[in-house]
Amino acid sequence: MTLLAVERIKLFTTRSPWWCAAVTLAIVIGFAALMAGTAENDTWISVGSSQFGYGFGLAVIMVLAALSITTEYRFGTIKSTFLAVPNRPAALLAKTGVVALLALVIGELAAFGALGVSALMAPSADLALNSAADWKQVAGVGIVYALTAVMGVAVGALIRHSAGAISALLIYAVVVEPLVPLIPQFGDDIYKWLPFNVVEKFLSGSGEALGGGQAGPPLSTSTLSPAMALTYFAGVAAVLLTTAILVVRKRDA
Amino acid sequence: MIEAKGLTKRYGDTLAVNDLSFQARSGTVTGFLGPNGAGKSTTMRMILGLDRPTTGTATINGKHYHELKHPLRTVGALLDARWVHPNRSARSHLAWLAKANGISKRRVDDVLDIVGLTSVAGKRAGGFSLGMSQRLGIAGALLGDPEVLLFDEPVNGLDPEGILWMRKFMHRLADEGRTVFVSSHLLSEMSLTANDLVVIGKGELVAQSSTSDFVARATEQAVRVRSPQLSLFRDVLAGENAGMREDDGGIVVSGMDSEAIGELAAKHSIVLHELSPQQGSLEQAFMHLTGDTVEYAAH
Repeated sequence: MTLLAVERIKLFTTRSPWWCAAVTLAIVIGFAALMAGTAENDTWISVGSSQFGYGFGLAVIMVLAALSITTEYRFGTIKSTFLAVPNRPAALLAKTGVVALLALVIGELAAFGALGVSALMAPSADLALNSAADWKQVAGVGIVYALTAVMGVAVGALIRHSAGAISALLIYAVVVEPLVPLIPQFGDDIYKWLPFNVVEKFLSGSGEALGGGQAGPPLSTSTLSPAMALTYFAGVAAVLLTTAILVVRKRDA
Repeated sequence: MIEAKGLTKRYGDTLAVNDLSFQARSGTVTGFLGPNGAGKSTTMRMILGLDRPTTGTATINGKHYHELKHPLRTVGALLDARWVHPNRSARSHLAWLAKANGISKRRVDDVLDIVGLTSVAGKRAGGFSLGMSQRLGIAGALLGDPEVLLFDEPVNGLDPEGILWMRKFMHRLADEGRTVFVSSHLLSEMSLTANDLVVIGKGELVAQSSTSDFVARATEQAVRVRSPQLSLFRDVLAGENAGMREDDGGIVVSGMDSEAIGELAAKHSIVLHELSPQQGSLEQAFMHLTGDTVEYAAH
């Protein structure tokens, strides 16, 4: 618990988490407002479509998480950290926990904020959370953000440089993964197992929360069940974090 | 007490520290002296568990750093004053260090007061001058009221006032019975600060002794003599197998101490106007001992 408090102090006494949180909320909620404001018909707006902006927020969460550890390397405070807490796995786990928790809170605020702003701007749309699929679509965003934050911290700890870590994360999520289906023959089969595609399955399933309305981003091609999709995504995060912990423990600080 | 046994660090083909063994006792300031690139910082990082020794061990009061519970309460270190997040305030920087080691919030204000940063405690550390950063680093080292302190080049970049403050401060810490281990490449500074010296060159131990022994042993014994009967005394000295050289109205005699020269003069009824032992400088001693271990020697 002490270590969590330590990492909380460290995180909130710098500016970047506040900026990243504000930007994430603005993007996700703003995107929902844009959707609701430009829809010709309120019935086009659904629980599912209110969450279309979540992917942009996800990119900011990656930046937040990576920066939380790369700035420690950049400014040498990682050495102060390991002097104060020689148990490096514990220190890294505590940091991951705090950043993931923050991402969870940001995700829930963003998702419910997006739902709320949609309801305000499109009063006649059906935005009640009537089913498990509806709930998963909205409340699931925080969970996905939290797990993404774990990946961000892990990659940040492995690469140590802010620019390098952020580029690696964003290029993978925004460029590499969407391009994989273009590989002839087996591109689609690989894509089915790529984490950000898989986790989309957890959030939107087969599009139940769209209420049969407008097409948004394409649905996940994963063949897993939503629950299994989340487990798979969490597994990827766990593997990355374990690798990071092993490397950090062995490496000279 | 700090103890290193056979400490070795290899980076690829480069041997940064080679089989280094030494001790730093409590109640003394131990100077860790060596030219730039001799492996001083690497050694300190290994003592603090930041770098993993290739072979050998470093212990603090008999324990490895990572075995210490609440290490900041046993060991305080200032390795680099810039290891602070520039947007974090001085107080927040110390607050998280304190929290990690179960140190009270009041102690944070206490150490800020000790180093004289109370008035800027809420300001972002990125705006601090080098001297202020250095003092913030010292505040961090003192936070847990540790028995062992390590400082890596603490006077680098400080103004004369800051250097004097630092020197007195380290003496005070040692007088309180603490182990103070301070590295420097500034030899004259170490002669004023350290009681004991650990001297390294190219990662290897060159000498460990008290500062005065180190200087005495490594410098030439020489005595300056002036006399109205100098030419007569020269003849006397010539028969004593002593070295002599002219020195601005007098001579400098080597190979004999001042007692022997004085007695010799009395025996021959020669009047002396000056009989002064010449203190060799630490620089000379240092160059003498590390002459062939300097990494970037000029040829």
